[in-house]
Amino acid sequence: MLGRIEQKVLRGGRLTPEEALALFETDDIHLLGRLADTAAERRSRGRAYFVQNRHINHTNLCLNRCRFCAFSRSKGERGAFELSTEEVLERLEGSPEGLSELHMVGGLHPEWPFEHYLELLRAVKERFPRLGIKAFTAVEVDHFSRISGLSLRETLARLKESGLDLMPGGGAEIFSEGVRKRLCPEKITAERWLEVHRTAHELGIRTNATMLYGHIESYADRVDHMIRLRRLQDDTGGFQAFIPLSYHPFNTEIRGGRPSGIDDLRTIAVSRLVLDNFDHIKAYWVMLGEKLTQVALLFGADDIDGTVVEEKITHAAGALTSEGLTREALIGLIRGAGKVPVERDAFYRELNLYGDRYEDRQGDGAEAPDRFRTARARQ
Amino acid sequence: MRKRLHPEGVVTFVVDRNINYTNVCINRCRFCAYYRGPDSPEAFVLGRDELFRKIEETLEEGGTQILLQGGLHPGLDLSFYLEMLRSIKERFDINIHGFSPPEIHYIAGRANLTVGETLQSLRDAGLDSIPGGGAEILSDRVRQVLSPRKIRSAEWLEVMEEAHRLGMRTTATMMFGSVEGPEDIVEHLDALRGLQDRTGGFTAFIPWSFQPKNTELGETVQDRPLGAGGAEYLRIVAVSRLYLDNFPNIQASWVTQGIKMAQVALRFGANDFGSTMIEENVVRAAGVSYRASRRGIVDAIRSAGFKPAQRDTHYNIIRRL
Repeated sequence: MLGRIEQKVLRGGRLTPEEALALFETDDIHLLGRLADTAAERRSRGRAYFVQNRHINHTNLCLNRCRFCAFSRSKGERGAFELSTEEVLERLEGSPEGLSELHMVGGLHPEWPFEHYLELLRAVKERFPRLGIKAFTAVEVDHFSRISGLSLRETLARLKESGLDLMPGGGAEIFSEGVRKRLCPEKITAERWLEVHRTAHELGIRTNATMLYGHIESYADRVDHMIRLRRLQDDTGGFQAFIPLSYHPFNTEIRGGRPSGIDDLRTIAVSRLVLDNFDHIKAYWVMLGEKLTQVALLFGADDIDGTVVEEKITHAAGALTSEGLTREALIGLIRGAGKVPVERDAFYRELNLYGDRYEDRQGDGAEAPDRFRTARARQ
Repeated sequence: MRKRLHPEGVVTFVVDRNINYTNVCINRCRFCAYYRGPDSPEAFVLGRDELFRKIEETLEEGGTQILLQGGLHPGLDLSFYLEMLRSIKERFDINIHGFSPPEIHYIAGRANLTVGETLQSLRDAGLDSIPGGGAEILSDRVRQVLSPRKIRSAEWLEVMEEAHRLGMRTTATMMFGSVEGPEDIVEHLDALRGLQDRTGGFTAFIPWSFQPKNTELGETVQDRPLGAGGAEYLRIVAVSRLYLDNFPNIQASWVTQGIKMAQVALRFGANDFGSTMIEENVVRAAGVSYRASRRGIVDAIRSAGFKPAQRDTHYNIIRRL
């Protein structure tokens, strides 16, 4: 079976669910890594991306209270917070220059009306017109649609009008109904998640997709998840990146170990091979740690997210990584994997390509790299 | 090669505690965040009561060894070390894995004894085995930059050779990811392999990477603010497994690389998970704090697809889990 899969991958053929499962089950992670790296190299030509981004969580108040989440709070509970529009703007003012992406997600606030979010988007867009706003997971968008009484399409259209550029891939968790029922019974169904993303794509909003793995799901559930994403991507082409999220069990109601480093690499590699219509596979350093993220770049990933600055959600679940990394650290990390670091913006337009060794251009002034590539729109 | 040497898929670990008897050190290595000068308000020498309490706790947790190490303290002489060893052995049945070659060399110099004589007295007082620390990179060109006041390569190797001749087993380490080049790493591995051919006294090789935070050297290697990356670590583990064909064991360093990377290292040549480290101070001073309980270690080995087993200092399996 593996020999056949290998041939297929080298030919650029599409893997079946059975073949995907065989890849999850193989003990030969070195072969898996080589195949995934081949597939990644074919697309990215040795490049790996990072972005100067910032995470902002506008509130941790949440009506859902998923069992795997250590971040959410109920109203009045210790540690509950909500940021006003002004406070969000202040945080952005304090960010380093060169910021090109805002990643903003939050809980399902019990009181804020839809208009509050539209106003937040408008305020950010007005003050920072060049910042790509990637905000609100499908779960939040579904919530907006319910509190506003608007259709999904209308809700997304209003968000877009107000400044929403992209949507993050959160809330997908695992699509499998049985697992979803045990993991997050209050959360929107898999069909609804896919519907939100399909509608966003139809309105020209590109999105990401995630998968939370390593809790109670099986390899077959992971394959099912990937196949459903691949199908939607065939229809719309609206996904930018797939981001497998390695489960962190601390401070949550779902017990059990964490996925092993080997499982993390395997999941990255299989997703690169199965999701042949996704441009990018992201190794999210906040969850994997810096060292494993570098190795993931040799197992099929071509994006390591970014500076992040202030990460709250994974750290609430016991992540030991930093809350943010500098641009120099990200460049060094990518270079150490033998890939060419490329700074991108929120839309994966290439801003800077660090083709030379970083120290060669020290002293040029950090903002003026040797080889400046002008932004190149993909569409 | 790991499969050839360890075909059963067993991955071992030892239950022990790092006990640092002093942080005073005259070597002041540029990669170290732990040392203090003798007059620093943070300088300490561990008192006996605390030492014994730490050992008691180690035994209570099923520990079989203590890793007893410290700085090169100008105020301590051979009798201090002998007394410390005897006082432990009088009270406890535990393996003392202690004093890396720089310490042995320093103790010998202050006592005006040869390294062999010093080791003999330490062994008679209760020292069982010697940790492989202080090797850093066994290339004097690199040592001149990293640790100009620390013993040279030849002296490090001499201490180990003498220890092996007295029947003491030791480990060997390597700290990479600072200023060395690949040829220095090969020089290091080659020196170890040569000595191992003569004595067979090394039990394991333990590579770890330089942790740049809070160190003098960290401020000068700005192009890699995170230190050596995961890809480099796996390469070193794999190369050392292939080159050190006369070393029975290669240890993954979860303390410096994190549990996930240590798991991956098991597929790149490592077969041992090191210690549960009930206490660790030196790496933590350099800003790294990976935590793991004994249960966590066992689970980590199992979820990586291997069979966990507790071992003693000599890599004899005590218990399969």
